[in-house]
Amino acid sequence: MALKIVVCAKQVPDTNVIKINPKTGTLIREGVPSILNNDDANALEEALKLKDKYPDTFITVISMGPPQAKDLLIECLAMGADEGILLSDRAVGGSDTWATSNALAAVIRKIGDFDIIFGGRQAIDGDTAQVGPQIAEKLNLPQVTYVQKFELSDDMKTVTVERNMEDGYEVIKLQTPCMLTCIKELNEPRYMSIDKLFGIKPEAIKVWSAADVEVDLNTVGLEASPTNVFRSFTPAPKGKGITVAGDSPKELADNLLIGLKGKHVI
Amino acid sequence: MDFQLTKEQEFVRKMVSKFAENEVDPIAADIDKEHRFPEETVEKMAKYHIMGIPFPTEYEGAGGDCLSYAIAVEEIAKKCLSTSTILSAHTSLCTWPIYNFGTDEQKAKYLPDLCSGRKLGAFGLTESGAGTDAAGQQTKAVKDGDEWVINGSKCFITNGGYADIFVVMAMTDKSKGNRGISAFIVEKTDKGFSVGKTEDKMGIHASSTTELLFENMRIPADRLLGEEGKGFKVAMNTLDGGRVGIASQALGLAEGALETTITYMNQRKQFGKKLSQFQYPAFIIADMATRIEAARYLVYYAAWCEDSGVPHMIPAAMAKLYAAETAMFVTTKAVQLHGGYGYIADYPIERMMRDAKITEIYEGTSEVQRLVISSNILNK
Repeated sequence: MALKIVVCAKQVPDTNVIKINPKTGTLIREGVPSILNNDDANALEEALKLKDKYPDTFITVISMGPPQAKDLLIECLAMGADEGILLSDRAVGGSDTWATSNALAAVIRKIGDFDIIFGGRQAIDGDTAQVGPQIAEKLNLPQVTYVQKFELSDDMKTVTVERNMEDGYEVIKLQTPCMLTCIKELNEPRYMSIDKLFGIKPEAIKVWSAADVEVDLNTVGLEASPTNVFRSFTPAPKGKGITVAGDSPKELADNLLIGLKGKHVI
Repeated sequence: MDFQLTKEQEFVRKMVSKFAENEVDPIAADIDKEHRFPEETVEKMAKYHIMGIPFPTEYEGAGGDCLSYAIAVEEIAKKCLSTSTILSAHTSLCTWPIYNFGTDEQKAKYLPDLCSGRKLGAFGLTESGAGTDAAGQQTKAVKDGDEWVINGSKCFITNGGYADIFVVMAMTDKSKGNRGISAFIVEKTDKGFSVGKTEDKMGIHASSTTELLFENMRIPADRLLGEEGKGFKVAMNTLDGGRVGIASQALGLAEGALETTITYMNQRKQFGKKLSQFQYPAFIIADMATRIEAARYLVYYAAWCEDSGVPHMIPAAMAKLYAAETAMFVTTKAVQLHGGYGYIADYPIERMMRDAKITEIYEGTSEVQRLVISSNILNK
């Protein structure tokens, strides 16, 4: 049985380069390179590792965005994915996470048959971590977020994953089909391969419209979005913390006390 | 006129630039200091099909074009000229002549290993007494039944100590001068073949530069590459393409030197101001950037000619000449802008200036390029 995998990926501005206009609170996107969202690269890499092991695995990368987001799919195919589908339509423009997951769930329904959906934990431009879980809910799939380790059973029916927590991790076993959102600890994404780049067939990248995926237009786009961005800002950098020194626990406690009293905290 | 790169070319730059940043840059200073050939990087370049960019997929090449190859060499050279030298010699000087002059059997036998990077290639033309004057070859090949018997030596061979397959020139008929030279494919396992002395160079320390020795080396008759007596043509055509590779290296090195100098000038303060705020250093940056831009268009044009089947001998010679002299200009000025810090190995610019010099020398000195260019103009 050939595995069928869907990877959700987003083209994002490189946040190492991007700045926020302090007056308008909006992102300055001019001249900022677009990149494959970091966690999504980990999602694709995990799918590619399965393809390395089971070569007849078929990987479809899906994305939503303006026509230039096709570049993201070229990158994913050059890394080794088999097919890319971009949902690009004015009707879905300005979607928040709820509306985006409606649209992407419709894309996946249209694809139909799949065993695993991999997505990134969150996109570096919005940092919401909501779209993956929402897709799973809308497709009625079991899901695990923050996946840091992944294993597929030999019969390909169950997966065992580690879910990263602040103070440790959970080991969770779930059945396929399922949705997993990935974090950078999961793997090291590969580079594009030059031969795969030149081998991309035009028909391997499809651009779909809202009509193609039969999505209810009342559930996508800016108008249908229940949330909107009120304001963006660059958080003021925090000052350096103070390290309290001391040779013994008692001296440390004394010094801490002196510091806190000096600042009139206590 | 369209100055736009294709999508594939843009992505080749994106990919190789990231690769160079993560895999080449972190070890560049160390391998220079240790004079160590970066076998691990060659393996990684092979894995991502960087070792066979402009060759068809039927030979396990990447199915790309010469301009993409030039861009890849440029991106690697931004971080490490030695590593780009390995790639350039392998691709332009060994794989290319076999692809272009080889029989179907030779191509089937050698190209998959070379294009995939499973095996490394090198090229042997230069001898101690025959550099620019190729007809001064002393290495001799004599036909003996179904075999060629080769005696002699080559020097200054890039990749010499690590290559598996060599394209080697030898005299098959001394009386005919250049028309008595023939090209051969030599394997490192051939009996009578050995690698001689490794050179201790001013720069590109991580590139392997060695002698090749042939002592009664017997190779089968079918190792002749191209026709007997046509070796000079094989060599000259190979070097035309090779010059695009070297020009790309020089371009990348100059760009890398400019980038690192800009970073330095934005950090370094003297008299309460950043160096970049002084007009004299800022004007030098303008000169560097302008020459680099001019070099870039010469290099890309030469690669485009090669891709388009337009004669590229003159464009390649101009690109190599100008890009190499730009690399030397930019790195020398960059060291000066760094002051004392430019002269010590803690900063990459010291290595870059040592490395730059070779681009004016190997695969045809700047003087040879001027000879090629001027004779073409004057003898029209």
